[in-house]
Amino acid sequence: MNRSLITAMCAAGVAAFGSTALAADGASNGSVKIGVLSDMSGVYKAIEGPGAVIAAKMAVEDFGGSVLGENIEIVSADHQNKADVASSIARRWIDRDKVDMLVGMDNSAVGLAVQGLASGKDTITMNTGAGSVELTESQCSKYGIHYVYDTYALPVGTATAMVENGGKSWFFITADYAFGHSLRDNTSRVVKEMGGEVMGSVEAPLSTTDFSSYLLQASSSGADVIGLANAGGDTVNSIKQANSFGIVQRGQKLAGMLVFLTDVKALGLDTAQGLQFTTAFYWDRNEESRKWSQRFFDQHGAMPTMVQAGVYSAVMHYLEAIKAVGSDEAAPVRKQLGEMALNDFFVQNGKIEANGLMSHDMYLAKVKTPDESKSDWDLLDIVSTIPADEAYIPISESACSLIKQ
Amino acid sequence: MNLDAILAQTMLGLSQGVFYAMLSLGLAIIFGLLNVINFAHGALYMLGAFVALIGYSYIGPWLGYPDFQMGFWWALIVAPIVVGCFGMLMERFMLRRLYQFDHIYGLLLTFGVALVLQGVLSNYFNISGTAYPATPDMLNGIVNLGFMYFPKYRLFAIVLSIIVCFATWFMIERTSLGAVLRAGQENPKLVEAFGINVPRMVTLTFGFGVALAALAGVLAAPIYSVSPLMGADLIITVFAVVVIGGMGSILGAIVTGLTLGLVQGLTQALYPPAANTVIFFIMVIVLLIRPAGLFGKADG
Repeated sequence: MNRSLITAMCAAGVAAFGSTALAADGASNGSVKIGVLSDMSGVYKAIEGPGAVIAAKMAVEDFGGSVLGENIEIVSADHQNKADVASSIARRWIDRDKVDMLVGMDNSAVGLAVQGLASGKDTITMNTGAGSVELTESQCSKYGIHYVYDTYALPVGTATAMVENGGKSWFFITADYAFGHSLRDNTSRVVKEMGGEVMGSVEAPLSTTDFSSYLLQASSSGADVIGLANAGGDTVNSIKQANSFGIVQRGQKLAGMLVFLTDVKALGLDTAQGLQFTTAFYWDRNEESRKWSQRFFDQHGAMPTMVQAGVYSAVMHYLEAIKAVGSDEAAPVRKQLGEMALNDFFVQNGKIEANGLMSHDMYLAKVKTPDESKSDWDLLDIVSTIPADEAYIPISESACSLIKQ
Repeated sequence: MNLDAILAQTMLGLSQGVFYAMLSLGLAIIFGLLNVINFAHGALYMLGAFVALIGYSYIGPWLGYPDFQMGFWWALIVAPIVVGCFGMLMERFMLRRLYQFDHIYGLLLTFGVALVLQGVLSNYFNISGTAYPATPDMLNGIVNLGFMYFPKYRLFAIVLSIIVCFATWFMIERTSLGAVLRAGQENPKLVEAFGINVPRMVTLTFGFGVALAALAGVLAAPIYSVSPLMGADLIITVFAVVVIGGMGSILGAIVTGLTLGLVQGLTQALYPPAANTVIFFIMVIVLLIRPAGLFGKADG
């Protein structure tokens, strides 16, 4: 039995090896390759992950499967939220497999590492998952595009709306790493510009399970609003526990600075109702987005997050740019992407700036009450639209070195 | 910091500490009797929470009875039994083959089991967690303790956990059943000579230790979200607790778990950036001064 097992494993190994070798052969000429690099197994899996691969494949299908007479291929890999793993996958894809464009890259550390590496090898990256503004500011690059949201845009809608509704004083619970700090600083800026006041902040380590101590400090500060400068599981836990300590019932408001549709689903409407946050996309916003999202749902079993919808949009526009310039060379395609006006079910009034930032309209969303919700995924109301020029750093104020040249 | 704030942080530390205590207690029992470092303990805690969640939200529709829901009180009983049985099968068919080898093999096997459980469940469930919706009404809401508002549910979890911990300690240290267990650990051959089936006793003990983890998981479900990674987040800290308390010491596990919860709670208030590291810092100091742990026997 052992021998036959070993033989079978060898055979499988040979088969797998053979097929990758073939694929690499075919790629060097005659096909356009797009690599979806995402967290396929960890904390951000539900936000991007396998759903992003489905979205990318849908874009290729809708485009017709080929461009300029060449096949379009999608490859995907798990970066495991490790910048070094992500870099070595990206290097292999670009050098050996001739991947033309990388999309995904949730996690700012991964995003920054891969963008720098790919740009150095004349390869376009369209980051749909990470938040850090550094992607298009101090670490901007020739071929790096930041597509869905950033830590500058997130607080604009949420903080403005909260301050306007009487939330003058703020206290932050901040995820203690670059992303959280950047989100807190950007939010503080908005709050102060609006005439509000920041009373303090407490830094909670990433992946804290019990936020009650931090919530207690925030609560006893007496601030009107407790701003959550964190993401994913941290946001879910802090909102849930704030609820169990009756903080909201006793009059303080919570503001989630980065909330995904899947987080609302995880919290349940009972807990999350009334929560306001900024998002780039909601599936039920209009007829076009509903139609696309339903198709996505049929394949994925969950409605798309803004990141997954963004992957489709990014891939689609990338392919259109190739078609328009008649080449898949990075330089002309990047130039074309900068000149296109981006409009589809995901993006309205979108424009890719010289620093790589895709500035587009964002939305202020509010979580429905259980009574208002009519179906499993009927979770949000879009309260208002934040125009692109308010949501993102104006190109004139960008610190990106590419612009000053 | 005023007295109210200190009392409030103490309560919060205690509510964290009871989970450390319950988990490290299970680990200590298993290590004491089986000499196995059960790295799957966190995953089994997570599995307990999932049994409660699945029992409430999913099992009815799966079986074709959409109205069937296993409530919280049932989950407190059913989840430890289900997960305990899973643990016993794991002991009987996997771990038992490794007793003759070095500790490291049991550790690797259980670590593998933990990864498999996490992998399988994260395939089917939301990785950022799913809300457990079935907290009984009587435990919803908050009570005013004078110095703070405290969720009724957490108060319940603290009381129940402390009762379970000390009942377990009493059973092992003060009853004849416990005496047999401890004797089996010292000299299995001799105990077998008294007509006691030691391998079966080992299986049952493993099942019991695992059931404690599952019970903690059910208790945690309404406080934290039920997520495939909830155990992985906790288990490293729990191992530090076990090391500080002394590997295999029952009372050590309970007292250290509660104390370190308190220490962590106060650190969160006084110097938050150190909240995750303070336990490991204490571990280093304890290991330097008392390598066998606070409650451990130096020769053990």
